[in-house]
Amino acid sequence: MPIMGLTGNYAVAHAVRLARVQVVAAYPITPQTTIVEKISEMVEKGEMNARVIRVESEHSALAAVFGAASGGARAFTATASHGLLYMYEVTWWAAGARVPLVMAVVTRAIGPPWNIHVDHQDIMTLRDTGWIVSMAQENQEVLDLTIQAFRISEDPRVYLPMVVGLDGFILSHTRAPVDVPEQEVVDEFLPPRRQPYVISPETNLVMGNIAPDDIHFLMRYSMSEAMEAAKKVIEEVDREWAKLTGRRYGGLVECYKCEDADYIAITTGSWSGDAKKAADMLREEGYNYGVLRLRFIRPWPTEKIAMAVEGKKGVIVFDRAVSMGATGPIFADVAHTLYGSNISLMGVIAGLAGVDMKARDFAEAMRMFSSRVEEEGRVYEPRFWLLPRRYRGRPERVKEVAKRWS
Amino acid sequence: MEERATKVLLEEPQTLFLAPLSRPALGSVGKTGTWRTMRPVVILDKCTGCKICWLYCPENTIFMRDDGKVRIDYEYCKGCGVCANVCPFDAIEMVPEG
Repeated sequence: MPIMGLTGNYAVAHAVRLARVQVVAAYPITPQTTIVEKISEMVEKGEMNARVIRVESEHSALAAVFGAASGGARAFTATASHGLLYMYEVTWWAAGARVPLVMAVVTRAIGPPWNIHVDHQDIMTLRDTGWIVSMAQENQEVLDLTIQAFRISEDPRVYLPMVVGLDGFILSHTRAPVDVPEQEVVDEFLPPRRQPYVISPETNLVMGNIAPDDIHFLMRYSMSEAMEAAKKVIEEVDREWAKLTGRRYGGLVECYKCEDADYIAITTGSWSGDAKKAADMLREEGYNYGVLRLRFIRPWPTEKIAMAVEGKKGVIVFDRAVSMGATGPIFADVAHTLYGSNISLMGVIAGLAGVDMKARDFAEAMRMFSSRVEEEGRVYEPRFWLLPRRYRGRPERVKEVAKRWS
Repeated sequence: MEERATKVLLEEPQTLFLAPLSRPALGSVGKTGTWRTMRPVVILDKCTGCKICWLYCPENTIFMRDDGKVRIDYEYCKGCGVCANVCPFDAIEMVPEG
């Protein structure tokens, strides 16, 4: 298997090629654009046998691949940020129709103000839609997860669309060595497309017409059950991919030094690497930290999280998004997962709009949390804003810029 | 209602599976002709059988008789008036119901 130097976006493109995707449609948006550029190039060179449909918007992009997928094709699209918001309505259509489909979302902040840098505000909008939502930490995982996404989405126990999240620029535009599997390996792993129904001129079938309210209700229940079933499928797929490639990620979550830890930091996406480094730093200071990286946001890994944090002194959650008027979205789900336990819990909102989070920034929050737990006993702090470094602990600077930006 | 209700399509579903699918069936939501407030009436003397109205009818309720002129299926015609509007010969008149 050749090792290639690939950006995260090119890793997606190669995965799409290896998955023998037949229809691709996307609208350019930073930092997603180079995924579809690469795919178009591979199609032009004859390395990939797919139809690339040019569309006028993201709404149309997803509508086009949704139509192709309903018609029996393995289909793919990719977007980011405002593009995802523009196609939002169609994300509900694809999930509600139970049509297997894969999309890459290159995470990016949402404006205004205009911003192209990473945070998770965009991908978090998919939480309620019925899409399986995954997040990669590095480029190798981006490739593996994209191939696995087709298998998970097309599993008859699931039949839900799946999104692969990769962090804008940090992964999407940064080259790293990626082991690109041979076509035969992927063919062995990924069976021919399966889907619950195919719409064609012959089938005389209508999707999405009005249905009685109680049936609509049952469909929602059925989607929720499929999400639960997906948990098992995700673990199976992880094991099987490991048999073929030797790479195993842990399924729904990845645990880094969780076993002997007193404290757990919960993260998702590329910055988990920095959190792991921070955990190592804190271990030298006597705070035994482990990192629980969420590879999947939906289905929510309730059991895995509950198991990993059992008996620990505290859990600190890092959110790169915020639900205005509430907390970070991951914190909210962690809080319900820990219902009934008296474990200390803190939700940190950080790194919004691409503000850099280094290991020392993670370490600062983790150190503060642990020392509070050890001094005060049980801590419950649902929304702690870890400001950009230059404003941290300096309210006068915040006031100063507030004057200028008003 | 049964005909167009959601189908459970998997042969051996491992979870409950429902999808928003339906198949066309005549009158599956009842006789929609009762929704009508205006009724299209064909003036047979003027009708040339050009079929423009048949082409435009969104409900597929216009049909041809052996005399080469159009008729309207009042059980399902909702009275939208598109046929009267497109007829080049003013051969369809909209008349209030009741």
